[in-house]
Amino acid sequence: MEMLRALTYGPLVEMWEYPIFLAEVALNGLLTGVMYSLVALGFVLIFKASGVFNFAQGVMVLFSALSLVGLMEHGVPVWAALVLTVVIMVVLAMVIERVMLRPLVNQDPIILFMSTIGLTFFLEGFGETIWGSNVKRLDVGIPDAPLDIGGVLVSTFDLWAAAIGATMVVVLAIFFQKTPIGRALRAVADDHQAALSVGIPLRTIWVVVWSVAGMVALVAGIMWGSKSGVQFSLSLIALKALPVLILGGFTSVPGAIIGGLIIGVGEKVAEVYWGPAVGGAIENWFAYVLALLFLLFRPQGLFGERIIERV
Amino acid sequence: MLYREAGLFKTTYTADQALFPIPLDRYFVLAVLAVAFLVVPLVANEYWLQAVLIPFLVFSMAALGLNLLTGYAGQISLGTGGFMAVGAYMTYKIATGFPDLPIVVAFLLSGLCAAAVGVLFGIPSLRIKGFYLAVATLAAQFFLSWMFNKVPWFYNYSPSGTVTAPPRTLLGITVTGPEASAEVRYLLALTLVAVLALAAKNLVRGRVGRGWMAIRDMDIAAEIIGFRPYRTKLLAFAVSSFYCGVAGAMSLFLWLGSAETEAFSINVSFQVLFMVIIGGLGSILGSFLGAAFITLVPVFLTNAPQLVGLSMPVDLQKHIELMIFGGLIVFFLIVEPHGLARLWQIAKEKLRRWPFPY
Amino acid sequence: MNVKKLAVLGLGAVAALSTLPMSSALAQNEQFVPMLVYRTGPYAPNGIPFANGFRDYMKLVNARDGGVGGVAIVTEECETQYNTQIGVECYEKLKGKGPTGATVFNPLSTGITYQLIPKSAVDKIPILSMGYGQTAAADGRVFPYTFNFPTTYWSQASAFVKYIGDKEGGMDKLKGKKIALVYHNSAYGKEPIPTLETLRAKYGYDLQLLAVDHPGQEQKSTWLQIRRYRPDWVIMWGWGVMNQVAVKEAAAINFPMDRFIGVWWSGSENDVIPAGDGAKGYLAGTFHAPGHGFPVHADLLKHIYSGNEAEAKANNWGEVLYNRGVVNAMYVIEALRAAQAIHGAKPLTGEQVRDGLEALDLTADRLKALGMDGFVSPLKVSCLDHETMGPVRIQQWDGEKWSFVSEWIEPMRDVVRPQVEEAAAAYAKENGITPRTCG
Repeated sequence: MEMLRALTYGPLVEMWEYPIFLAEVALNGLLTGVMYSLVALGFVLIFKASGVFNFAQGVMVLFSALSLVGLMEHGVPVWAALVLTVVIMVVLAMVIERVMLRPLVNQDPIILFMSTIGLTFFLEGFGETIWGSNVKRLDVGIPDAPLDIGGVLVSTFDLWAAAIGATMVVVLAIFFQKTPIGRALRAVADDHQAALSVGIPLRTIWVVVWSVAGMVALVAGIMWGSKSGVQFSLSLIALKALPVLILGGFTSVPGAIIGGLIIGVGEKVAEVYWGPAVGGAIENWFAYVLALLFLLFRPQGLFGERIIERV
Repeated sequence: MLYREAGLFKTTYTADQALFPIPLDRYFVLAVLAVAFLVVPLVANEYWLQAVLIPFLVFSMAALGLNLLTGYAGQISLGTGGFMAVGAYMTYKIATGFPDLPIVVAFLLSGLCAAAVGVLFGIPSLRIKGFYLAVATLAAQFFLSWMFNKVPWFYNYSPSGTVTAPPRTLLGITVTGPEASAEVRYLLALTLVAVLALAAKNLVRGRVGRGWMAIRDMDIAAEIIGFRPYRTKLLAFAVSSFYCGVAGAMSLFLWLGSAETEAFSINVSFQVLFMVIIGGLGSILGSFLGAAFITLVPVFLTNAPQLVGLSMPVDLQKHIELMIFGGLIVFFLIVEPHGLARLWQIAKEKLRRWPFPY
Repeated sequence: MNVKKLAVLGLGAVAALSTLPMSSALAQNEQFVPMLVYRTGPYAPNGIPFANGFRDYMKLVNARDGGVGGVAIVTEECETQYNTQIGVECYEKLKGKGPTGATVFNPLSTGITYQLIPKSAVDKIPILSMGYGQTAAADGRVFPYTFNFPTTYWSQASAFVKYIGDKEGGMDKLKGKKIALVYHNSAYGKEPIPTLETLRAKYGYDLQLLAVDHPGQEQKSTWLQIRRYRPDWVIMWGWGVMNQVAVKEAAAINFPMDRFIGVWWSGSENDVIPAGDGAKGYLAGTFHAPGHGFPVHADLLKHIYSGNEAEAKANNWGEVLYNRGVVNAMYVIEALRAAQAIHGAKPLTGEQVRDGLEALDLTADRLKALGMDGFVSPLKVSCLDHETMGPVRIQQWDGEKWSFVSEWIEPMRDVVRPQVEEAAAAYAKENGITPRTCG
């Protein structure tokens, strides 16, 4: 009976009785969601512009963070290390375009997906060869102190992360909407061939988009790396971004953010309130089940492009 | 010259519809089977059997299963690891619950359990397609991992949640458990793979397989010509999960001997998917080639430096190995995006004209 | 295009035809000690210092003493990436090497240990899972080839409870106190649960179990639950990135760090440095001393690094996990010595080394001679007891280094041992093992 209560309405009663704690769970969920979105954004950018599901996004997060920390350990000041890392990511994008994307143009999405897996293996080995496998402490000067707002405890670091995430979305939105290159990107995303026929250079666009994804990966790497230290496991956060991506739709920047928020709050509330009754650690699968529920109503994600099928 | 298709005249429908209509193909398959059954156990040492061939067979089985679903029926699945876990844990439960039941029966029964679970998680495929479908199968993957970790009934309440394959005999020979020799385990795995691969080959050329391919190519069109998407897709999930379940049982009982849910993690699902893509989607042979590529190439690369007398630190070696492996994947895709099976096809075409190409 | 495709075919053929090198025969006066290491992959930051410590001590024995009883020690590393499947391959590759085969395996991973335990008895190669792996293996009657001294997770959990009781002012004060266990959701992380549950019944404290899934990068919900539960103490069974994040999150909710105890795999420099100042005061269990102030460290510095301290430190000299590698290697060497005392000074087989492991008697005098006085505590292995239930100490991180804050704490033998025997009996029954009798 106790079990049944804990599985069903018990947690709801608790939420009602301790609204402040519920607020704390929800707020922390939202902030975690932003952190997921940071990773998911990189996927969306590349998928949107080139139709490639970039499995290597996680390892790009690791690689960029490793480069940043590695440079800082060699005595390069933070700002210079940041600039150099951006340069590294742009060079990486150019190499990827030349070596991998260009020969594989016009292939099935699943083939391109597979090629990014090859890239993943390569970058894992390459990054660790150059920068080593130790945990590196990353401190870019973001304050990290607990903050008590009327009984709700949040970390200032998480607030900063949310602010940075929000800024990034705004910048990306402006970039996509207002700049010529952004318009070109959207044109490519809508229709490769039509874009080519009006004279948009596809290859340049790819380099740009992979570079931007590299920079997004760098931001995600900094935020996650500050929490856990920069180490190999950073590449595994891509898994946390998958449900966000699917829920928000592969092609939508706002979708990645809203998807992240929904997943963040959903999984935290589920784990904190219903988890203990069944032994805990349910958030991983719950995130997918949550995404699945949304998909049953919108099979292309919340903000994905509508699929129109013709026979 | 060596490989001929011309000049073969089929006089009966049976001959025309044979599994391998070209005699050379038939002889080749028979020869491979003969070598695998008779020669390999005699010449291979324990390292080869235990660390190379048995894992290759286990993954071939899993890749075969996933290829039926992804390659033939066009449904992407990242739940392979979860379905393998169902097979492994159910075999464990059946084998410990009914010690007298022949172990092969336990394998097949747990395959059926996996099939049932597969159908359950296949239901969303009726509405969700493409990469989005991956979410349903990922839900299966994570949920099943969690379940086998959290529900103590599945691992007989052992304190750490690890399951160990108990010793069982078949026809009086010990086939599982630590005492079973590598040769015996290899032969059992090979038999299962051979039988089920032939079954799969048969399946995909018949009505069922054609239905899957129709759904894969365009499900609306398939529906219009009379294939019910409901049944066809769910059947694909069931059959595929059955194969994966048997693969999971094989991996626990014939290969690892002891496992926790980590052995059937999301990484395994990804690995099997890589095998299917690298080997060739929609090809039975491709499943084997892909499994060979993903399991054997790393082993080869690990041992290659020693082979040429090069000695370097293990970490550097591993990093280089990863880079080469990643490079090889991209290289193969660029050279032949349709997988290794297609390369085999090309080789056959070359052989047809050899040594007088025009 | 044709050329390219042919090249691919050729490449495939070469890969298929190549065979692997196997034996490097020649029966020399050498003892082969295999090393399963993980210098790459998600757990590499922990694997590297451990492997370095183990390697350096083996080198030291060769350089300083000319091996064991005149027999040189030969090692070979095999990279497992902490992955069970690669671990199996490594085991098969290394088990037949050297003139007498592999001596003793140190699997360095709970998963690989579980995998190798059934094989070890068949292949007659002992396994030394030093303080990890399957706790039930402490019962030497059921697991003749598996050793897990100096002490196991169950013993350690009971020592933690003792420490907490001590800090609270007596074991009777535990009643009504709240303890949370944050654990890695795997076979390894679940280890302490049975012991903590038993002790809960005995001492009447309240226990909350919080599982963290691999890899453990995101633990917000875990620490939110701790906020709600408001435990007096938090115990952690973590590994890899999970540790760093947990320490950071604990600091982020203002949890008092001197009431947060990590298992001995959650108490290295790696685990606290990324958290910065927030980690100050964090506690962890251990069975050996931190730092590099022991004579054995001076020897290592002199013989391996020719006195170059910077180079030694770059190889993790004196770090917690390095020291643990040294301890592990020392146990192997001393077991070899004990085995040579029984079977003579020559390269020994795994079966003979097993006898040495079982006859291992590290007295205080012996440790002093090894330059490890106070570094580890003495122990004596027996046929019945493969664990020895050695004492545990608590160390604290002060922002710079680890140092002891407790005396050696003896585990609760009366609680743990019956559980061990029960679990071993269940294992024996399920796997059809007839326990041997210890004379």
